[in-house]
Amino acid sequence: MAGERKRWISLYVENDVGVLAKIAGLFSGKSYNLSSLTVGETEDPTVSRMTISLVGDDKTFEQIKKQLNRSVEVIKVLDFTDLAIHKKEILYIKIHSLKKDEMEEIFRSAAVFGVTVCDYDRNSLILESLKTESKNSDVLRYYMKYYATRMEAVRGGSVAIESVSKNDR
Amino acid sequence: MKIKGTQLFVKALIEEGVDTLFAYPGGMAIDLFDALYGVKEFRVVLPRHEQGLVHAADGYARATGKTGVCLVTSGPGATNLVTGIATANFDSVPLVCFTGQVPTNLIGNDAFQEVDIVGICRSICKYAVTVRRREDLGRIIKEAFYIARTGKPGPVLVDLPKDIQLALGSDEYPKEVFMRSYKPSTSVHMGQLKKAADMLANAKRPLFLVGGGVNISHAGAAMTGLAEAMNVPVVTTIMGKGALPTDHPLYIGNMGMHGNVAANTAVSECDLLFSIGTRFNDRITGKISEFAKGAKIVHIDIDAASISRNIVVDVPIVADAREAIEKFAEIAKAPSHTGEWVERLQKLRAENPIRMSAAAAPLTPQDIIEGINRNFAEAIVTTDVGQNQMWTTQFLQLRGKSRLLTSGGLGTMGYGLPAAIGAKLGCPDMAVVSVSGDGGFQMNEQELATAVCEELPITVCILNNSYLGNVRQWQEMFFGGRYSCTCLEKRRSCGAWCSKPGAKCPPYVPDFVKLADTYGIEGIRVTKREDIDAAFARAKKNTNAPTIIEFIIEREADILPMVPGGNALSDMITEYKKEGK
Repeated sequence: MAGERKRWISLYVENDVGVLAKIAGLFSGKSYNLSSLTVGETEDPTVSRMTISLVGDDKTFEQIKKQLNRSVEVIKVLDFTDLAIHKKEILYIKIHSLKKDEMEEIFRSAAVFGVTVCDYDRNSLILESLKTESKNSDVLRYYMKYYATRMEAVRGGSVAIESVSKNDR
Repeated sequence: MKIKGTQLFVKALIEEGVDTLFAYPGGMAIDLFDALYGVKEFRVVLPRHEQGLVHAADGYARATGKTGVCLVTSGPGATNLVTGIATANFDSVPLVCFTGQVPTNLIGNDAFQEVDIVGICRSICKYAVTVRRREDLGRIIKEAFYIARTGKPGPVLVDLPKDIQLALGSDEYPKEVFMRSYKPSTSVHMGQLKKAADMLANAKRPLFLVGGGVNISHAGAAMTGLAEAMNVPVVTTIMGKGALPTDHPLYIGNMGMHGNVAANTAVSECDLLFSIGTRFNDRITGKISEFAKGAKIVHIDIDAASISRNIVVDVPIVADAREAIEKFAEIAKAPSHTGEWVERLQKLRAENPIRMSAAAAPLTPQDIIEGINRNFAEAIVTTDVGQNQMWTTQFLQLRGKSRLLTSGGLGTMGYGLPAAIGAKLGCPDMAVVSVSGDGGFQMNEQELATAVCEELPITVCILNNSYLGNVRQWQEMFFGGRYSCTCLEKRRSCGAWCSKPGAKCPPYVPDFVKLADTYGIEGIRVTKREDIDAAFARAKKNTNAPTIIEFIIEREADILPMVPGGNALSDMITEYKKEGK
């Protein structure tokens, strides 16, 4: 499809029961492809903010934004796709049954990749990586190469916020 | 003063000006019904099934322009609303549906008659909410009515747990709504209107395409005035039918799958399609790539999400139809050379009327609908879905206050009778006629009891061909006559499968005339066209009870013309030769 690419939306919604189900249901019910969705409270506890990423063409993406906008629970839809934004995702990797030399290798690689070892014992550890989605994918791919049968990973989905205007600096 | 939730509920309905409540009791709504006992400010109507109930509220809302209000119990009471809520949602009908719910401390426990009705309805209504705190009750009801009737109208569901109903709290019902998340658009972009006006002034073959949005915003008179001032012809979708009087010289007819030749030709040949209040659904457009191919398209709709979704438009305008038409009329200049175009379409219309072959049958659906035209100067006509609906939209004349109420978007069988009940309750001074097939009628025939108990003189027309006729027609045309599960006479003893009706077919059940008898009302069977007027005359004499008129029509009558699904509008079937005939 024309213009198919990754899109980012920041969505302000009422912090009410069922709003997440409503938004998620809109994507599934209308067959829109959802890559990730995160949600949490904002500085105002009555407002939640969702960061949604998806891959879609221009026409579908326009329709998604309109459908979100017409939902009664939605306060504001921001299209972050072509804006300067900060976005990060958290990734945890737990690796077990490690020999001593493997442990040492992981500490060394973690230092190089800028990943934190946030927990460990004699033969297992947990890595914490706060990076963009694609950099986290690189980190994950590296450890999968050597420890695939001895690890588990969990990713949080991205959270995004618009950059401070550079003109104001 | 502190009052119970149930008392605030009643107070809210009174303050909202509700005059009719469609309600069916049950365990989790019994306290609400107790609060209703003795209420004088509005009528409480008891239908016989919650689906009939919500369609009746829908018919009431469409006929009056007011919000239809429903009250049912939890669990099955609530789930029985689902089809009716989806029907109203698809056709933008304002409803507020209250459902009883188990107490908040039992929600999630699989309690008796507990169901997550808000979860079920989330994708088929405009808004759905469970009241979780007594102090929110008044605000939520106020918002529900506001959301239902503003912007693009639609159904709202409010779920009322039993403990909230019983809890004491403030007796204040808010006067105003403040919602930061819901702001329906109320203005028109004048720059866009100006662009549209320039396009219209320069068009050679302009055409107005009028959808249901024009009827919802009561813009019929404004639309008629605009068409006349511009001398631009008008076609309608079935939901837009009646926006212009059907005998107006500029009205070319319904377009779409079962539209007439002139209307579909007009869409294919126009150079400016000026469309208002339609979402270009697949029954309207036919093959998208061929739709209004040479035309620039202006699209006015209150729902931004309806614009440029199916059809890419040149000038999008997000606005209420009536406001946009009135503002547009102030700045529009009539195109100079439309005379020839109008004449060509009028000639096409005159030369290609929709006609059912009368020779073959003693009684055709056309005879029946024209009988309604002849016998009711003004009427609200409701339909079911299928052939009965298409024949009605093809042949019914609408003038003055006449209205057609039909399930256009969802296409809900069983809509006609309950919608007629709601329409009659809302408009007691209007004649109300329902048109159903024998299949759809049986989906909600229990509502005859409601019509009897409410003493409603409704003329209930059943067009009986003993088939689920629309599907049968498709099976005949596109599936080699394999009548799979469409014959309503077929019995076990008929044998396995059947492809044609014959002399040995079993008798039809039920006998609709005897059925009328069991409800204590008059039932008339009409088998030939000469008897139509007498039947309607007898029905009109029953001034406090419904009358059933069963019309026995040709078993394999078809709706024509037809644009088969996926074909271009210019690619119509106007004649169909039946095998062996």
